[in-house]
Amino acid sequence: MPRYFTEDHEWIEVDGDTATIGITDYAQGQLGDIVFVEVPAVGTQLAKGKEAAVVESVKAASDVFAPVSGTVSEGNAALEDEPALVNSAPEGDGWFFKLTITDAGELDGLMDEAKYKAFVASL
Amino acid sequence: MSEEPEPDAPRTLPLDAWHRAHGARMVPFAGYEMPLQYEGIIAEHEWTRTHAGLFDVSHMGQLIVTGDGATEALEALLPADVSSLRPGRIRYSLLLAENGGILDDLMVSNATREGGPSAYYLVVNGATKWDDIAHLREHLPDEITLTHLEDRALLALQGPEAAHALERVMRGVTGGLGFMQATEYDFGELHLGIARSGYTGEDGFEISVAAGQAEQLAGRLCAEIEVKPAGLGARDSLRLEAGLPLYGHDLSPETDPVSAGLEFAISKARRESAGFPGAQRILELLANGAPTRRVGLALEGRMAAREGAPVFAGDTQVGRVTSGGFSPTLGDAIAMAYVDARHAADGTALETEVRGKRLPARVVPMPFVPHRYHRKGAA
Repeated sequence: MPRYFTEDHEWIEVDGDTATIGITDYAQGQLGDIVFVEVPAVGTQLAKGKEAAVVESVKAASDVFAPVSGTVSEGNAALEDEPALVNSAPEGDGWFFKLTITDAGELDGLMDEAKYKAFVASL
Repeated sequence: MSEEPEPDAPRTLPLDAWHRAHGARMVPFAGYEMPLQYEGIIAEHEWTRTHAGLFDVSHMGQLIVTGDGATEALEALLPADVSSLRPGRIRYSLLLAENGGILDDLMVSNATREGGPSAYYLVVNGATKWDDIAHLREHLPDEITLTHLEDRALLALQGPEAAHALERVMRGVTGGLGFMQATEYDFGELHLGIARSGYTGEDGFEISVAAGQAEQLAGRLCAEIEVKPAGLGARDSLRLEAGLPLYGHDLSPETDPVSAGLEFAISKARRESAGFPGAQRILELLANGAPTRRVGLALEGRMAAREGAPVFAGDTQVGRVTSGGFSPTLGDAIAMAYVDARHAADGTALETEVRGKRLPARVVPMPFVPHRYHRKGAA
């Protein structure tokens, strides 16, 4: 399944018109220990580039943005009891939410893994 | 995710290279590049609560006030009973403005040597030290000398195993030293000032060392199996759990010692003799109570209320959070807030608002996590 990345360090994995979204390993490393994650409620309409979720480290709260527009179909309930999953498995079990994509054309502007790796290396 | 950049390029600490070699993530703080964390804030927090963390607090200002009349000169600026402070004893105090507002909080110890003139050693906050120095220069009489020990570093060794580790390194140094006592110690060619004090709620020591020898001392202490370096992140979460205010957040020129819950810093003798800045207003607040109070808030769950979050009693805003975050020890969010005195009693059910959401917040006594200082006779 194709996986895309944003400059805000979210990843999005696409399976048909459903997408799973989380933050990258680089992002969790920058944030440090994650102690709380607020995921959007099922049914929430999200617009590309707008705040979708909140991730809190010991230090601060940070926004997670929607890489594309869509309707939230599931939040990761496991993060409620174990937010540290975002540190241990950011690009796996530590996913944030799933959504139904409104416009697949919005994926075009995102980076693939090779481009994202180069982007992170340039930071 | 990142801090606001400082207007001037941050300066480096004597231990800068040592921090980087130990994998620290450096951030600008109080005008310096400082270690935020090494291994991780929670790991360092828990290590300090169970073993011992070594913190570099060299950004703080180390000052000497000396000369005949230094005692009286300090009593004119601080509400502490300086005249009853014996050599080798430390007291927490406040630098007060004319209106009783808090310019800084500090530690003062009597560093007078036998036969020498009165001498006091002050440790002040890093972010305020230049203003403090200007204030002291302006207000201390000409015959009193103020020296800024810019060539000294300060290391804080904190945790229940701190004494054990330090005693192994410097035999005999911990036995005679109780909480809030200080001594000088020659460790080989390192001339050290050692205070049994800290900012974590744990037993521990703050050690002043020549900047050029700081790396040697840090390496020697971290060679002990109980000791690991700990950064600013853990320092902040530890002091929050210990209920200790952070200047610039929980204390400011707009807050007074009574609202801040720091009445203990105004000794009985000074309440009678007065003569410290803002005495009239502060004594009035002591007698009649302050209209707002610094309180501890226990939140339900992990979602944190941070600085600036409003505090409500029903629909009415009754206060504001001044610092808050996740407590690794308790597993829940905690905060300090200034609230209307009518809503400040322990157990009062209030609410705070975070990202448009109301969160239950109960007023609880501080510290959130009990202090474990080494009080002589209690051990």
